[in-house]
Amino acid sequence: MPRLPSLCLTLALLASLSLPAAEARVFDPRTFTLANGMEVVVVEDHRAPVVTHMVWYRVGAADEPPLKSGIAHFLEHLMFKGTPGIPPGEFSRIVARNGGRDNAFTAQDYTGYFQDVAKDRLELVMRMEADRMVNLVLTDELVLPERQVVLEERSQRTDNNPRALLGEQMQAMQFLAHPYRIPVIGWEHEIRQLTRQDALEFYRRHYAPNNAILIVAGDVTADEVRQLAERHYGPIPRREIAPRLRPQEPPQLAERRVSMEDQRVREPSWSRSYVAPAQKAGEAGMPYALTVLAEILGGGRTSRMQRALVLGDGPASSAGAWYDGTALDYGRFGLYATPKNGVGIEKLEAAMERVIAEIQRDGVTDAELARAKAGLEAAAIYARDSMSNAARTLGAALTSGLTVADVEAWPERIAAVTREDVQAAAREVLDLRRSVTGILLPKVRS
Amino acid sequence: MHRLARLLTLATVLLLPGLWQPLAAQPKIERVTTALGIEAWLVREPSIPMIALEAAWRDAGWAAEPAERGGLARILATMLTEGAGELDSQAYQVRLEELAVSVSFSADRDEFRGSLRTLTRNREEAFRLFGEALARPRMDSEPLERRRQQALIRLSREQEEPGSIGSRALFAAAFPDHPYGRNPSGTPESLKALSAADLDSFRQRHLGRDNLVIGVVGDIDADELRRLLEATFAGLPAKRVQVSIPDIAPALDAKPIVIPRDMPQSQVQFIGAGIGRDDPDFYAAFVMNYVLGGGGFNSRLMEEVREKRGLAYSVNAYLAPMRHSAIHIGSFGTQNERAAEALDVVRRELRRMRDEGMSEQELQNAKTYLNGSFPLQLSSNSRIAGMLLRMQIDRLGIDYVEKRPGHIDAVTLEDIRRVARRLLDPDNLLVVVVGKPVGIGG
Repeated sequence: MPRLPSLCLTLALLASLSLPAAEARVFDPRTFTLANGMEVVVVEDHRAPVVTHMVWYRVGAADEPPLKSGIAHFLEHLMFKGTPGIPPGEFSRIVARNGGRDNAFTAQDYTGYFQDVAKDRLELVMRMEADRMVNLVLTDELVLPERQVVLEERSQRTDNNPRALLGEQMQAMQFLAHPYRIPVIGWEHEIRQLTRQDALEFYRRHYAPNNAILIVAGDVTADEVRQLAERHYGPIPRREIAPRLRPQEPPQLAERRVSMEDQRVREPSWSRSYVAPAQKAGEAGMPYALTVLAEILGGGRTSRMQRALVLGDGPASSAGAWYDGTALDYGRFGLYATPKNGVGIEKLEAAMERVIAEIQRDGVTDAELARAKAGLEAAAIYARDSMSNAARTLGAALTSGLTVADVEAWPERIAAVTREDVQAAAREVLDLRRSVTGILLPKVRS
Repeated sequence: MHRLARLLTLATVLLLPGLWQPLAAQPKIERVTTALGIEAWLVREPSIPMIALEAAWRDAGWAAEPAERGGLARILATMLTEGAGELDSQAYQVRLEELAVSVSFSADRDEFRGSLRTLTRNREEAFRLFGEALARPRMDSEPLERRRQQALIRLSREQEEPGSIGSRALFAAAFPDHPYGRNPSGTPESLKALSAADLDSFRQRHLGRDNLVIGVVGDIDADELRRLLEATFAGLPAKRVQVSIPDIAPALDAKPIVIPRDMPQSQVQFIGAGIGRDDPDFYAAFVMNYVLGGGGFNSRLMEEVREKRGLAYSVNAYLAPMRHSAIHIGSFGTQNERAAEALDVVRRELRRMRDEGMSEQELQNAKTYLNGSFPLQLSSNSRIAGMLLRMQIDRLGIDYVEKRPGHIDAVTLEDIRRVARRLLDPDNLLVVVVGKPVGIGG
């Protein structure tokens, strides 16, 4: 949910979902903690004289109080409305006037703010980011039009798009109790009720140095960042932060399904997602096997799903699989497919079930495992090409309960995955009692 | 206490930006030429063991396909990675995956493009596979039928998306009876009629060595690259067949076109007159548009439409120079009930810029941003490779990176006024709205 749509951002986010990593090291970051508890991560990259400066808060949509869905994201928008030192709307103008770009994003488990600037502008943006960590000023004149902006954002992303609406329904069915069931942007009827006071309460409760992570990537050294961070973030007092207590899921007893018809839809589609384990600090195992499983099952053009469903006379026009294991509480494993013209959804789903059953029964081959690992290991090297990708990957990991060591250990944990691990992961996670299946169909006007 | 101190230093910094000059960030670009005359621009970057190559063929985009073969160029782009030489589609893809090499092609409006990414250690085989895809694609019938099916479904899905629906209608109205007005995804009839021979003919006619430009960034030196380029591209014809596409000005005189769709938000797109990339006033127009609608949160359109009135989540405008035309194009999404109001605000801002230009401060701020942010575009290998390609496609010269700040700095308020009067005409704007707008059209 960034404040402005941006292709780069979307790509970076996608990349961070699949958590890329490398050979012996991935991003090779330096870390330290300020006296007030603010964590700092520095990724040195001296290819160009620029830096990415990010502050991540350990708070997201899943930390919202009841009746206030969307407040984390709304506050993210309002963080640009000024302080006693920065007039409303000036934050981004100052960044631009200094040759920089800025934006922000909100997810279930985190909220982040960033500026990309020339390295000699780092202190300026750091000073401004530290300022708004504690000095935000909001008036109704600023808050109410911004609430309209958020409603338009919701229309544009979700309500105008039947595929997004179905995704929202599926997410809501996936979790009975856990707040991941609520969309990050919020339910429309609740967004309409959000107030200045709601935003300020959320801000005071969660925005503090000891609940934040500073990540700087680029042409800078850890010592330089330490000096600047101590100067600007160091004086901000720590604050009592309540633990992130969230309702946990009761056992799921049966599969869940949702079928939606919409007259805007021209082509039917099928998808399914399963609740899956998320990565845990210091642990290898299942999440890494699931990463490999997603590759073998539906990651590329030689995958099981491609061969069985798409090539030749297969029932699908396209098909794939994904795993998102960077989350504080639950990960998800997903499958999707679009039928070829004239093929019924039931036939497509039956073929998909056969692919799943086969991998559960017979496991994967050595060649499949080697190919998947080669791609994942290389992804860790390619990931180093983008500074902001490095910062996003580290930020998402750290706000989801992982450590820098977990990110750096990603390649070796992937390398350690065996055929047996992949098969066991498929048997445990691809279970209908963890699943929601969603079907989207054209609605014929009568 | 520290809060006050911080505010004081902040104020000091805020006064300075006009004096600030961005740091020089100029990658060293080498021109690498082979015996056959194949040329690439190279930036050597040994810090990551990878190589990124971007290639483009001028005048070989979808606009070059015959009218009755709509969708050809895009299908060809997908078919080039469906097997080459002795390797059938699956064998080719298995080979790429084993080596973690990525090979892809795409068809833009004016150029056909290819992209290769490899770890340095696999470069030999990676370049070979890329060259095979270009020179000896198999065009087998299974992948062709599959890709045809996918293209038909894609075409149908475009009719679900308000943005695609709108831009189809917009370009069809702006460029009637011209390739630019056609749907690059083709039509059901044209897709069904495409044959392997059509694809191969397009490839052989348009993907030559004389219209090829290449950008390479990564862990490779000039000698090694020269050897690999020669081996990779030698199989292409020395000369492509010239296409003749007429230059055209967009037709702007239509009334707003409303495409009714049952949605809460109207998606609005508009086109006005544009300016060529090689026009002497291009940089003036570029700076003018930055202030008007190109500057993210800081543009006038953003301020008036979003910040002041909450009418839209995003609103933007940008210049789109093309090989045979040029447009100024913008878009926003707004609730149906206030669509007319939002469109009025946009027209008012176009008029204000045309009649009053901008302030000295706005001009200075725009220059600082456009020059200061340029190094951000050169912060990764893949971005630099993309820039190397753009510089060659647009014939900007190998010293463009050094010269660009001077072009921006040279723009005056008088230039802005002249170019605003030349381009902006709020009463002569082609507008397409998808949704249920109140107070627009019919």
